[in-house]
Amino acid sequence: MATAVLTDSGERETYLNVAHGPKSWLLTVDHKRIALLYLLSITFFFFIGGIFALLIRLELLTPSGDLAQADTYNKLFTMHGQVMVFFFVIPGVPAVLGNFLIPMMIGAKDLAFPRINLLSWYLFVIGGALMIYTILNGGVDTGWTFYTPLSTEFSKTNVISAALAVFVAGFSSILTGLNFIVTIHRMRAPGMTWNRLPLFVWAHYATSIIQVLGTPVVAITIVLVALERLFHLGVFNPALGGDPLLFQHLFWFYSHPAVYIMILPSMGIISEIVCCFSRKRIFGYKAMTLAVVGIAVIGFLVWAHHMFVAGISLYAALVFSLLSYFVAVPSAIKVFNWTATMYKGSITYQTPMLYAFGFIGVFTIGGLTGLFLACLGMDVHVHDTYFVIAHFHYIMVGGMVMAYLGGMHFWWPKISGRMYPEIWGKLAALIVFVGFNLTFFPQFILGYMGMPRRYHAYPPEFQILNVLSTAGATILAVGYLLPMVYFTWSMRYGRPAPANPWNAAGLEWQAHSPPPTFNFDEQPVVTWEAYNYEEIDAIPELGEVPVAR
Amino acid sequence: MHASPVVVDEHAHNNPALLHHFATEEQQKDSASLGMWLFLAQEVMFFGGMFCAYLIYRYKYFADFGSASQQLNIWLGAINTVVLICSSLTVVLAVRAAQLGKRMALVGWLLLTIILGFVFLGIKADEYAEKFEKHHVPGASFSYHELLPSQEKLPPAERQYANPHHAEMYFSLYFAMTGMHALHMIIGVGLFGFLAYMAWRGKYGPGYYTPIENAGLYWHFVDIVWIYLFPLLYLIDRHR
Amino acid sequence: MGHLPFWPEAASTNAGNVDALYIFLLMVSGIMTLMIFSVLIIFAIRFRRRKGQRAEQIEGSVPLEITWSIIPFCVMMVFFVWGAVLYFQERTPPQDALEVYTVAKQWMWKFEHKGGQREINELHVPVGRDIKVILTSQDVIHSFFVPAFRIKQDVLPGRYTTLWFRATKAGTYHLFCSQYCGTQHSGMIGWVVVMEPSDYEAWMSGSGGNQPLAETGQKLFNDLGCITCHRSDTQGRGPDLAGIFGKNVVLQDGRTVAVDENYIRESILEPSSKVVQGFKPVMPTFQGQVSDEQLNALVDYVKSLAEPQPGQPGNSNKGTAQP
Repeated sequence: MATAVLTDSGERETYLNVAHGPKSWLLTVDHKRIALLYLLSITFFFFIGGIFALLIRLELLTPSGDLAQADTYNKLFTMHGQVMVFFFVIPGVPAVLGNFLIPMMIGAKDLAFPRINLLSWYLFVIGGALMIYTILNGGVDTGWTFYTPLSTEFSKTNVISAALAVFVAGFSSILTGLNFIVTIHRMRAPGMTWNRLPLFVWAHYATSIIQVLGTPVVAITIVLVALERLFHLGVFNPALGGDPLLFQHLFWFYSHPAVYIMILPSMGIISEIVCCFSRKRIFGYKAMTLAVVGIAVIGFLVWAHHMFVAGISLYAALVFSLLSYFVAVPSAIKVFNWTATMYKGSITYQTPMLYAFGFIGVFTIGGLTGLFLACLGMDVHVHDTYFVIAHFHYIMVGGMVMAYLGGMHFWWPKISGRMYPEIWGKLAALIVFVGFNLTFFPQFILGYMGMPRRYHAYPPEFQILNVLSTAGATILAVGYLLPMVYFTWSMRYGRPAPANPWNAAGLEWQAHSPPPTFNFDEQPVVTWEAYNYEEIDAIPELGEVPVAR
Repeated sequence: MHASPVVVDEHAHNNPALLHHFATEEQQKDSASLGMWLFLAQEVMFFGGMFCAYLIYRYKYFADFGSASQQLNIWLGAINTVVLICSSLTVVLAVRAAQLGKRMALVGWLLLTIILGFVFLGIKADEYAEKFEKHHVPGASFSYHELLPSQEKLPPAERQYANPHHAEMYFSLYFAMTGMHALHMIIGVGLFGFLAYMAWRGKYGPGYYTPIENAGLYWHFVDIVWIYLFPLLYLIDRHR
Repeated sequence: MGHLPFWPEAASTNAGNVDALYIFLLMVSGIMTLMIFSVLIIFAIRFRRRKGQRAEQIEGSVPLEITWSIIPFCVMMVFFVWGAVLYFQERTPPQDALEVYTVAKQWMWKFEHKGGQREINELHVPVGRDIKVILTSQDVIHSFFVPAFRIKQDVLPGRYTTLWFRATKAGTYHLFCSQYCGTQHSGMIGWVVVMEPSDYEAWMSGSGGNQPLAETGQKLFNDLGCITCHRSDTQGRGPDLAGIFGKNVVLQDGRTVAVDENYIRESILEPSSKVVQGFKPVMPTFQGQVSDEQLNALVDYVKSLAEPQPGQPGNSNKGTAQP
């Protein structure tokens, strides 16, 4: 690296110290600062969604609805879903890690449209503010899925402001996706061909396609819901000639691909981590890139598997069940390839790798239970029960959140210039893993036993499993709080990080930790493959084994 | 897909329009273009949801939709179609003027586009007002008592009326679709206003006219949406 | 009830089939999970960092990728086919099933048997008989779910959906609403009471002097004036409804539709949508004039109209329903 620029106080200029004060943050166009703005807002909403979750689990400790009234409980699970889905899981990895890393990984100075990136964040904040308004103004109780005619004709809560919140946040998502696609197409450094792109970038590319093409559909759908509610139109109202199933089709046309927005970036993170901590290139690079694009494309074709008992025809159900099995294949391939990458590797177990192991295990279980749900005769029994809740939390919480935490630990030195305390990292990872499984595994059993979703009170035979689940949730909460504490601590007291603490591959590790505003002192020219661990670990001294330090 | 990525061209950074994070003007132009096409792709999906709902209900309630469609003024719709197509022409001429460095021509064509846009919106407003007067606006005051198409050929006792609920469905979709389209036009007009001002200030010329071109793309898209809306909404069953 | 802990009771013919499929899925998933976890753990231990040993860079293996794509895919196709067959069975009520009409509303289940017996939140059925439940909602979408039967069906406003089961064991089983429907969603629960045939007979006659549903329907048919147009002679302005249920009819526009419960309901509420060929669209709508229960009665009445026997005159209004 060439010599770095120094600030007035003599320290190296980084994107963090180049300017101070609220204006320098709120009017920034630096993708790294925007990523941090997102980190703060997303963590805030994770907290809010998490509080709702804890209240739900507290209520479910006992069979009777004694902690909260029925209406309140209905608002709790609705808002837990909306906040988590639209303000945490969907934006999470792309907006924080994607924003920070993609330009660096491809050797660019910034995203293609830095001002639109800032606009995306403002839209997220405005949508979030509308969500907070909804919460404070009495909440919304339609379920995060807004099914009609309940949401259009019967609910007496703040449906329109919630819909507006989701609408605005949706455009934040669309613009982020648009930005990433153009950046990845047009801003790659010389020599950074498509086949040399890190899988993290490929994953975000596939995700961005879904964001751009899928989100507008849910946007117009909730506009129609809002209009119907305001003007008593009949688009979804059978009494006026409308069809409630039309809403479901339009809603799920986005909301199914949305789950791939949630998981694909996380898969990108896992690929980076597994390669680094096995000191190997990924097994089957081509297959992995085909898999992420395949998941994105096929993911658009399976939406009605949410509607097998909704009243669709048998033949439609058949088609969607078959297609749902198609989309499972590329997901399975990824699990096999990560595992195969470890074969004959040189593995170390720092915190990011622990999260990666956890992810692979938990995603396997979550993914396999998806096969149960895609199975028509099976789904009739478990649809709308806790089996479904367990399945999607395995993927979203076990999958996305674990990968997100793994990624945050992996790239924290780059982002903050500090190391996090490794012991605490490992401890938190363990607590998260135990807490997570204890929370959600019993829910599979509850679901098959017949406990329906969104139930405030339940028959007593379901209690013991609910108690286990709540116990798990409290453990999980501790696991989540720990990183919040020690990451914050590390910003002041953490060991200063070198540019490449893990000896990892990837252009981002060639920049300083933390990087300067324009990322690289001079534009990189790429002549190597994405995971050139052989080169990196080639050391003159014999016997010295390189490791992810 | 574009050829291999770009090495920084220091000389190019003398152009004030070139933003710092781009290596060359060409990279910036291509990026802006791709960005606009992607934006239009998402717009297609956005309108697509409404078109989907429209197609489904039109299939289910064809006769009632025919009746409601005939309540619209086909001449105003046709005039609007011509107006919009002309405005797409003025946009193309504006881009051409920018390419040739003709500042006043550029401003002129942009202003003409804006005027045509206002003509369209004015006619639309008139149509909406008429619908309002006839109580064809969905909601509390909706009321519909019209014959199905071709019923006037039958003796009065046998004539069949359209189902008011289904007619209201048509008008819900009519207002949602044309309203969303009009909103996009208003945004477009505002955009052109801003660009006309910047053009007058001399910001665009042969070396840099990307915003004109991309705003033009947006406007063409808005035009194309109308070209679908007009026959779908105004011309149902009109051949009889 | 003697059944496994953490496992729902199995009380219908379908339950055993679903459980078999579930166990198969569990076993296959269990094996896959075990395999992947063991390999992961073995690799994690076997290939941990060791002094003097380097990682071996492997590009990949196309044969391996193909193998571990095709084998899981084939296994999944078994899941798909088995599930599809089961689903077709679940969604195809047998002929001659005993019918019960259900109206769901926020937040209760209203049942009406063909014999006129009404129940709220409790459904009495005989063991060993095929039961077909004809469901509609008065307001929002609900869902009829009986875990012990492993069967579920969303209940829609403006439409009929159906569900069927054959109970195999007498007993009392949970009925849950499983589509979120507002404030008392978790309170919209009840029981399916499966009885031995003799007990069921006793219960039927014991729930005093009800008018069979089809008779109620016949009375409505007359009171609402339906009979003035839907006559059995050629003078009627509307089609003769005798024996029409279950047949196909050709409409004005040439389409053919099956005369099922939904068609009858639609013809009462939106008569001009699907008019039979040869008739004019002059039937008035009864939307807003008949409740869902009354619609059920009318539908049941029309269903009960038998084919007119050759040589027999006039209206074959045999409205008595046999339970």
